[in-house]
Order: sequence, then structure tokens, then C-alpha cells
Amino acid sequence: MNYMGNPAARAPDAARGTLRLVMYLVAALILMTADHRGGYLDALRERASTLRGPLYWLAASPVRVARDVTTAVTDQRSVIAQNDELREALLRAQAQIARQSTLDDENLRLRALLGSRYRLSLDARMAAIVDVDLDPFRQRVVLDAGSAQGVRVGQALMDARGLLGQVVEAPPQRAVALLITDASHTTPVEVVRTGLRTLAFGTGDSERLRLPYIPFSADVKVGDELVTSGLGRRFPAGLPVATILTIEADDSGTFAVATARPTADLLRYGEVLLLREEAVPIAAARPAAASSSMGPPAPPAGVAAGISPPLRNPARGTSPDAARAVTESAPAAEQQ
Amino acid sequence: MTRLRWSGLPLLASVIGGLLLSLAPLPLALAPFKPFWIALVVIYWSLEQPEHMGLGRAFLLGLLCDLATGAMLGEQALRLTIIVFIVLRFRSRMRFFPMLQQSLAVFALLVNDRVIALALRLLSGAGWPDWSFWGAPLIGTLFWPWLFLLLDELRRMPRRGVA
Repeated sequence: MNYMGNPAARAPDAARGTLRLVMYLVAALILMTADHRGGYLDALRERASTLRGPLYWLAASPVRVARDVTTAVTDQRSVIAQNDELREALLRAQAQIARQSTLDDENLRLRALLGSRYRLSLDARMAAIVDVDLDPFRQRVVLDAGSAQGVRVGQALMDARGLLGQVVEAPPQRAVALLITDASHTTPVEVVRTGLRTLAFGTGDSERLRLPYIPFSADVKVGDELVTSGLGRRFPAGLPVATILTIEADDSGTFAVATARPTADLLRYGEVLLLREEAVPIAAARPAAASSSMGPPAPPAGVAAGISPPLRNPARGTSPDAARAVTESAPAAEQQ
Repeated sequence: MTRLRWSGLPLLASVIGGLLLSLAPLPLALAPFKPFWIALVVIYWSLEQPEHMGLGRAFLLGLLCDLATGAMLGEQALRLTIIVFIVLRFRSRMRFFPMLQQSLAVFALLVNDRVIALALRLLSGAGWPDWSFWGAPLIGTLFWPWLFLLLDELRRMPRRGVA
């Protein structure tokens, strides 16, 4: 019973312990404030990412092994069935792309007629979600690519069905993305049917988004589809985001509040697309030199908003071929 | 000399194990119930070998966890420091508790930690979590006796091996 034996001897010891506790608490609070408010510690984080790589690799290895085993023991019949399914899906997608490309051509012509200098081109690369659980109360995922592979902070992330989120940290090897359902995330959206623009807030629940600022006069129905509006310049316009589930009045009665279910599959982990939107000059009536200095090289002629799987070289330069292709396509459009 | 080197090994192994466990993916429905593994490990060492796990080490370990999980820097450092402080205060009593009572004490520690985490979360502007937020201390407590026995075994192993 040493601890209660001699109060006089214990008191200074306890006081020192408390003092040290207070010291550490203050240090932790200062760190948190610096990190949360100022973002001063980003450099430190970048450096720590070299440490994180192997750690994440190790932590994800049980899942990787399990997946390999599943692959090894999957029987041939189910593979064949899956193959058929995928082939059908591919056919459907190709048919859609064929239709899309005529629309894109038309869009290009119309934009050229309107005198718009830019058209938007989407550029995407595949990345896989690493099976690592960060904080269960924040909706974030780790990707297996980083700034060394051309990933940039702010890039939009989507799966085959819709918008997933955006990249918030891009160290050299493993980028971290914030999902649209995170409580701190807001997505500028537009109702497809009416063109109403509003904001969709994350709720922390991966099945729900919240749209608190809908005027009562607005025409919004259950089942309406929401796409990105392109305002705020973070996300390209027109990506599917969510479908309206419920609409009711808010507490003050000034706005209607809607909830929506994300279109993308936020529960499934797997492959995702990282988008990069670039304004590509159409250069209808402009000299080629001026237009090519306006932005990055245009993709080969004929692909307007096509998604080209490999990421283009991030180094900015001009490719004369592409610039010519674009300048040539514009006059052709005017003749029609 | 050899003994000194050996004695640090179980600590290191358990800390790395705890870190990996806290990063290991769980099905989304179960994710909120994931115990605060590092806290359990830290409680064990500060209880059994306080000379190896003081406030300073808890703080550094917390910083490491924050970097690994990408949380707000200092959050887990603060939480672990508080846990170790409480354990060290009540150490002489907690050590001689029977296992059931000790588990209850650990439950109290984990719930207290959850309250602190909630306070930090609200301060940083995140919303209220749902009820499953309070499930993690319960699961952590259920794991405590097994973890305690495992770490006890791990701690004694090198000593036995050297002797």
C-alpha cells in the first residue's frame, strides 16, 4: 500500500504527473487546431505517407489473400456466366457510346456556331480502392494511386453509376478521397427534370444525402434525378449524383428538405474512375497558335467527351496533330 | 543487454499489431463497432509496465496513429494520453482487481474516451454520430480479458526463453 503510505511524499509526484498531463493536452490541442483550422501540417502528412504505404499494404493483406483464394476456387461455370453478363453489358455500353458520339459531334458543332471557345473534355484513369479502414465515422477511402501517378487534389471520383467523391490528399503513392456522403462534403447539384440548382450535403450515412435548401415553389418530386451542376468548378457538370427519396418541410417552414440516395455504389469497394476535366479550345475563328496556348493538348479528333482510359502525360505541352484536328473540325461543322 | 533488448520486443509487436488491427477493413455495418485497439494495448502496458508506457510514449504513439489513419493530428494523441494518465492514477488498485472488475474499469475508461472523442468531433464541426458510436467500448471490453491473457503470455515469453 505504498500509494497511500506517505501523503507528503506523494503530493509533489502527483502534481508533476498532472502538470505533464496538462502539458501534453495543450500540445495535442495546439496540433489539432493547427491541423484543422490552418492546414499547416500538410507537409508533415506528405512525409508520413512514405510510412503509410507499407502499413496499408500490410493491413490490407488479409483481404487480398481472401480475394485471391476466392478467385482460385471460383468454378468455371460461374466465370462463364459472369463473362456472358459482362459481354452483354459491354455491348449495351458500346451502343450507348455510339449514340453519345453523334451527340458529342452535334454539341461540338452547336458550340462552334455559338462562338464558344471551349468545350469540355473528360479524362479519366482507373484506380483501385485499397481495403483500409480509416475512421468509420468519416467517409473516406484510400486509393492505390497518388501524385506520382498523376492524381491531383480536387479530382472527381466516380464509379460506373455516378459520382463518388473527390481527392482531398494526394501524396506520391496513396491518395485519400472524401466521399460525397461525408458529413463535411457538399455537392452542387441540379435536378435533371427542371434544371433547379441546389446543394446536396453529406450525412455521414452512405445511403443518404440531404438537400436542405429547396424553395417551396420549386417543382421537385420523389424519384427526380440529380446530377452535378458544375458550379463551384470542382466537378464536371452532368455526372449522376443521387435520386430524391423524400421531401418534407423543414422545422422553420421556409424551405423544403429532401433526402436522396446516391446513384454510385458507395458501399462496394473496388475499381473507380478518377476524372480530370479540361477546357479544350474549339478555336473556331482563332489562330491555331493562340488556341493551342490556351490549354492542354486536345484529344484526337472525334472524341469530344469520350473517356480515354490511360491518363495523358500530365506534362503540359502542345501536340500539333490534335490542335490541327480540332481547328479542322470546326469549319467543317459550320458548313453543314 | 540481451534481456533489455528482448523486453521491448513484445511491446513493439503488440503496438504494431494494434495499429494493423485498427486499419484492417471490416464490413461497413460492423465498422463503427471496431474497438479502439491501440487503447487496449496501451492500457495493458501502462498497467503492467508503466516504465515502458508513460504519458510521453502514449502521446507519440497517438501521433503515429493519427498519421496512419489520417485523422486530425493530435486527436488520438490526446485520447491516449488521458487514458494512460487515468490508468497510472489507479494502477495500484486496478492491477489487483479480479478480471471481471478490471473489465468494468476498462469499460469505464473506453466510454470516457468515447465522450472525449465525441467532444473533439463536435468541436471540429462534425455532426452527432448515431447510436452505434457507443457500441465500440462494449466490444472493446469483451475483447479485454483475452487480450490481457495474450499480452501477458507474450510478455513472459522472452523472459522464459532467456532463462
